[in-house]
Amino acid sequence: MNTRVIKENIQADITITPVSKRSRIIKENLTGYAFISPFIIGFLAFTFIPILASLYLSFTNYNLFASPTWIGLDNYIQMFTADPRYWKSLKVTLIYVLGGVPLRLAFALLIALMLNTASRAVGLYRSLFYLPSLIGGSVAVAIMWRNVFGDVGIVNILLDVLGIPSVRWFGNPTAALWMLIFLSVWQFGSSMLIFLAGLKGIPKSYYEAASVDGANGIQKFFKITLPMLSPVILFNTVMQTIAAFMTFVPAFIISKGTGGPLDGTLLYSLYLFIQGFEFFNMGYASAMAWIMLIIVGILTAIIFTTSKYWVHYESEGGR
Amino acid sequence: MALKLKSPRWWVYHILVGGFAVLMLYPVIWLLMSSFKPSDTIFVTAKSLIPDPWIWTNFIEGWKGIGGNSFGVFIKNTSILVVITLIGQVISSAVIAFGFARLEFKGKAFWFGIMMVTLMLPHDVVMVPQYIIFSKLDWLNSIKPLAVPAYFGHPFFIFLLVQFIRTIPRELDEAAIIDGCGTFKIFTKIILPLIKPSLATAAIFSFYWTWESLLGPVLYLNSPTKYTVSMALNMFLSNETVSNWGAMFAMSVVTLIPVFVIFFLFQRHVVEGISTSGLKG
Repeated sequence: MNTRVIKENIQADITITPVSKRSRIIKENLTGYAFISPFIIGFLAFTFIPILASLYLSFTNYNLFASPTWIGLDNYIQMFTADPRYWKSLKVTLIYVLGGVPLRLAFALLIALMLNTASRAVGLYRSLFYLPSLIGGSVAVAIMWRNVFGDVGIVNILLDVLGIPSVRWFGNPTAALWMLIFLSVWQFGSSMLIFLAGLKGIPKSYYEAASVDGANGIQKFFKITLPMLSPVILFNTVMQTIAAFMTFVPAFIISKGTGGPLDGTLLYSLYLFIQGFEFFNMGYASAMAWIMLIIVGILTAIIFTTSKYWVHYESEGGR
Repeated sequence: MALKLKSPRWWVYHILVGGFAVLMLYPVIWLLMSSFKPSDTIFVTAKSLIPDPWIWTNFIEGWKGIGGNSFGVFIKNTSILVVITLIGQVISSAVIAFGFARLEFKGKAFWFGIMMVTLMLPHDVVMVPQYIIFSKLDWLNSIKPLAVPAYFGHPFFIFLLVQFIRTIPRELDEAAIIDGCGTFKIFTKIILPLIKPSLATAAIFSFYWTWESLLGPVLYLNSPTKYTVSMALNMFLSNETVSNWGAMFAMSVVTLIPVFVIFFLFQRHVVEGISTSGLKG
């Protein structure tokens, strides 16, 4: 106890003397780095060095067992000129992203608007609508989805009841891809929650003022809700697009790892996985990853150029 | 208090929203109900939700698992992985978040920027080299490649915790400094107890992501004794024969039970975690 008091006194003395100001700054810096050092070490070991390695590997032929051989741009050239499956995977992924994300966000916004009331049941509804998203990444759900859309699954039975001819969801590449898109739309929960948070941040007085001016519901939606929500919409769009671009599990499970039928569900991540870990074309998979990084990088650039919007989101929409 | 008659508007609203919620959950309810149906009638009776007769044998069959490993083994493997990962992610993320939120040092903005970039980085880019690194380390077919990275923080949780720590008044830290607390003590005695709710949020998400993850285990685990529940289900699907649909549905339900239980216990944490950080797809 005594030595501690003495030690603290000594420290107090040191901090008072002007000479030690510099050493205090050094100490502050060291403390800061000590706390974030796990991140820095982890980043270097599991992200930065692997990224550089991936760039190098993308110019090589590497199967994990022999050492990599430098082949220059061959992987990239092959990808774009001699690999129809690559183009197919890009096309499938673009349809998946461009078809799925807007539908998903539209649903999310619609439900969020419906739940943005004072009703006491909102908490329950919010949870119920979020549930599918919660279990979204699980294999169980992909298996379930596979059967919901099976030849004798509930979707076909429903179509039958409605007098629409049933669809062979697995026989047809387009139908199979839409089955995946519907799965992603079904999981709109997290976007919905973010929209709800955004809606709560819009001051009620805006709507009251609009009512006084005689605005109707539709006018309020387009003149107040949408503009006020636009930062959140933008944010959701970019995050969901990035996430959709990386979708793997549902396509992997539903097609049993093949991307079938006829590569109809061959999402980019799945094809990368097949190239890298089934064919052990590690160099080729790395080149694919780099093209993906560039595409996602462009999306991230959109985030930053439009970041003014969501700075606005954080100050207005937060609580 | 007299019972108030609800307005027609109220009824329309609740029928519409409630009905849509039920429709949304229908596939899950169908999965649950199918797990109690005899395998050979699941698709014949897909139209009707209620099993006739109700049977439990699917759960018994499914629990036997695959390749001589019962589902208990897979649940144990997954639970071990979840606990090890969760502890690592939550503790390391809290330490790192404290550094970012409370300490002043040169290059802080730079590293925070890097952290935000890694948050949005597609995992595919590092997947191949990471696999190579872990195979050179001879870590394949162990949980090390899945668990060790967890001890270096998770960008999503770091961000979540930084946001939360920033809302705690700095006066508390200053008062502690006057009382003679060092930085580490401020972290453990002041900040950690105050950020318990967001630590819980991080822990819950960590649980979900590890419990449900498939890609990592598929890459790194190859002996069935080490399989996780996700991999076991995937194996069920690849081994599928007409006879074991019921067992597969039953085990799908089993893997979802912890997910649902934790959600209903802690839904506030989950919902607020998404709403405030907005960073999970």
